Amino acid sequence: MTAIEQEKRSRSLSLSTRLRPIAFIVALLVLWQIAVSRHPDQLLPGPLGVIRALAELLRHGLLPKYVVASLFRVTWGFALAAVLAVPLGLTIGWYRRCEMAFNPLVQIFRPISPLAWIPIAILWFGVGDPSAIFLIFVGCFFPLLLTAMSAVHNIPAVYINVGRNFGLSTAQFVYRVLYPAVVPQLIIGSRITLGIAWLVVVAAEMIAVNSGLGFLIIDARNAGNRYDLVIAGMVIIGTIGLLLDLGMRSLERVKLFRWSYSGD
Amino acid sequence: MEHVSMVFDRDGKSVPVLDDINLDVSEEEFICLVGPSGCGKSTLLNLMGGFLSPTSGSITIDGEAVHGPDPRRILVFQERGVFPWLTVAGNIGFGLSKLSRAEREERITHYVQLVRLQGFEQTYPSDLSGGMKQRLQVARALAVNPDILYLDEPFGALDSVTRLIMRGELLRIWQAERRTIIFVTHDIDEAVQLADRVVVLSSRPAKIENILTIDIPHPRNISSRRYLELRDDLLSKIGLAYTV
Repeated sequence: MTAIEQEKRSRSLSLSTRLRPIAFIVALLVLWQIAVSRHPDQLLPGPLGVIRALAELLRHGLLPKYVVASLFRVTWGFALAAVLAVPLGLTIGWYRRCEMAFNPLVQIFRPISPLAWIPIAILWFGVGDPSAIFLIFVGCFFPLLLTAMSAVHNIPAVYINVGRNFGLSTAQFVYRVLYPAVVPQLIIGSRITLGIAWLVVVAAEMIAVNSGLGFLIIDARNAGNRYDLVIAGMVIIGTIGLLLDLGMRSLERVKLFRWSYSGD
Repeated sequence: MEHVSMVFDRDGKSVPVLDDINLDVSEEEFICLVGPSGCGKSTLLNLMGGFLSPTSGSITIDGEAVHGPDPRRILVFQERGVFPWLTVAGNIGFGLSKLSRAEREERITHYVQLVRLQGFEQTYPSDLSGGMKQRLQVARALAVNPDILYLDEPFGALDSVTRLIMRGELLRIWQAERRTIIFVTHDIDEAVQLADRVVVLSSRPAKIENILTIDIPHPRNISSRRYLELRDDLLSKIGLAYTV
């Protein structure tokens, strides 16, 4: 089955099938509310409590402020990592010797959780935005580097040979063969990495700054066990994470980039 | 091509692939290279294309030694040779970036027509059939006006009916725009139907075992006595029996 047929099929799914996940979520929320109302002495709020907390955040104007603060850090951390890691990874991947030299180092750094860098981030950048951005940068850099390296490896030799055959200059070759050949894999890698960035920002904001969604969560707990705000923060983080992923997925559907997903 | 030999270094062991190949090809000639699979036909083609350098010997084209790939000689690959991120028109225009826009458009139109892909100009290769992709590859190659076309089992991945149609198409295109063609195949019928001369290579390390001239004019009747004679001749030269 081709991708186009698959797409048509998923579009023609009946309405009831599409509503099924929503109905399931609603059912879970109802169960949650019932469970909470049976044990009123619990610290955990029910869904209604969470909605009230969200309304409170909106009323104080904190919600947009914190969302923007978190997105700002993710954007900078991710963008800096992409600008450095992608060209570097493509270069390293292209030159075998370069890769042999760099690979052990990359493999050592890669499994270190970005959170392990927190003390160093604070040592170098103090408490504030640069620290948080640095942590996100570290979290994104190695996945992007490896994506770019493997994207170059996976270019079919035929494309490279055709490029050489038609007498392209190096710049033309990069722009007209190498770049289009790696773009689909870079998009997939970026999508996964942006997810990582969104994970890291929450942790970074719990330590390094006093704004953002991570800060909201830790602050709500510290300032009087406001678990309704904690869960409200989690809901917002989840929703924005989903939207970011959907945004990246829509890139995959751009015709020019889609070639490698369409079977042949 | 004189005394060309090729030795590959694989896992520290040297593997001789080609042994003292001598071949002289004239302009606008259609040559088929046949031989057992893995004998080094593709290696020979890659040497002639400049993608590899021979261990010894030399390859000269019009008195000029081959150093590296060159748009004057284009290699057409078995499959996946077209760029999936470019449309049919984009693929044909790939080698034409030095031309002015008008000239480029004109060439694209011409070659779209030559390989009969009218109406598919803005189609991406993922929506083309295997035969159409190969015609597209030939069009892209011809568009840069090369002296020589190397084809490396271009129809090997196609079904037998499409293959037969493609041979007719290739001959039609070759008669419209004469080039020197060197065509690697493992298909005896393909060789006898297409070539002016068939070069038979031995198993590895490959030597030229025989060169057979096919003296039937085009269009060839593939049931004629002469055709069957030549076909049998070729089969016996490769060392295959008459029956399966």
